[in-house]
Amino acid sequence: MSEATAQTTSPAAASAAAVPAVPRSGWHVATVASTRRETPNASRIELEVDGWPGNAAGQHLDVRLTAPDGYTATRSYSIASSGAGTRVTLAVDRLPDGEVSPYLVDDVRAGDMLEVHGPLGAFFVWAPDAAHAAAAVDARPVQLIAGGSGVVPLYAMAEAHGVAQDPTRFRLLYSVRSPDDVYFADELRRLAEASAPLQLDLVYTRRAPDGWRTPPARITREVLESAVIPAAERPRVFVCGSTGFVERVADWLVELGHDARSIRTERYGGT
Amino acid sequence: MQHVDGNALAGPLAEFFSFDATTATARCNGCGALGELARAMVYRSGAGTVVRCSTCDHVLATLVETTDRAWIGLSGISAIEVRRG
Ligand SMILES: Cc1cc2nc3c(=O)[nH]c(=O)nc-3n(C[C@H](O)[C@H](O)[C@H](O)COP(=O)(O)OP(=O)(O)OC[C@H]3O[C@@H](n4cnc5c(N)ncnc54)[C@H](O)[C@@H]3O)c2cc1C
Ligand SMILES: [Zn+2]
Repeated sequence: MSEATAQTTSPAAASAAAVPAVPRSGWHVATVASTRRETPNASRIELEVDGWPGNAAGQHLDVRLTAPDGYTATRSYSIASSGAGTRVTLAVDRLPDGEVSPYLVDDVRAGDMLEVHGPLGAFFVWAPDAAHAAAAVDARPVQLIAGGSGVVPLYAMAEAHGVAQDPTRFRLLYSVRSPDDVYFADELRRLAEASAPLQLDLVYTRRAPDGWRTPPARITREVLESAVIPAAERPRVFVCGSTGFVERVADWLVELGHDARSIRTERYGGT
Repeated sequence: MQHVDGNALAGPLAEFFSFDATTATARCNGCGALGELARAMVYRSGAGTVVRCSTCDHVLATLVETTDRAWIGLSGISAIEVRRG
């Protein structure tokens, strides 16, 4: 290696070039700023996180609860918010036989403290800047597909897209049990009417609103085909929800001709 | 047993690597497939975490975490590739 080359790859230059788009994760003390009912079965929790470095849309954090006897339970939760600042929004669905989620949904109050590790995950993210830069060479549309609480990181992406007035085409297919079970319902409606619009398609699995055009039913391959950006347009696809939902959808997408490399998934667990 | 994606490894792996290792590409010893760790299948239980290849189901890695130690075995991964810059 020549002197000149060594100069340009000095440690300072190398570290500047390698600065990750996503800030370094760490453990933080979070104070619950507010809680509110999101759906009959879920709660929206706003945290004030000491030293939070900001996060990208789609990232998650790990919450660690410690019992008086030292027993700990750690669970991952997607972050519904993005950008700089120390405020972080979560939305948690209560599992009837769960260890952590009933506590977060029913017991946590403003002023409570939690331990959180994050921001985490640089894979399941969408960033307006990167998309802008890429737009010149490769303006690929973005298809989001959510089941239930799986909408949380996808909502963060849709919101970041709206705030940035990013020109990338964005479409969200969202499967919910009933109209009462829609997370971020008002926010999504507003995004759907905004100037960098989000195309929103809802599928109701148990109960549809009055006068809805189709009876309630789970997403089928045919519904998926009609409500997602076609494979021929090479969308980047983000799928999130329970493990069974994500696997069914991802398999169908591949059958419908989508490139498996263009599909990113986040399985929340369960069956 | 239920599983999640390798995305969920971002927290546990932060103890071992100074960057987000879920975006690194690993080569499976079982079938040779290359894929981001975020695409692996992750089985979690009280005893620990097992990471499997999403192509052939081969065990790529195992993690054990207790209050005073964290341990990772990478026996099923023959190489890890990290993108610079
Ligand atoms: C990266 C990531 C992000 C996540 N983000 C969110 C989020 O934003 N909001 C949210 O509500 N959850 C999210 N989850 C799921 C969350 O981490 C927990 O798994 C969930 O809250 C259940 O925890 P628990 O302790 O209440 O249940 P546990 O005590 O762990 O499990 C109770 C029972 O429920 C089953 N189970 C576990 N998880 C699920 C599930 N997701 N669906 C159905 N059955 C399940 C278990 O197999 C078990 O039988 C995310 C998971 C991952 C991996
Ligand atoms: Zn394999």
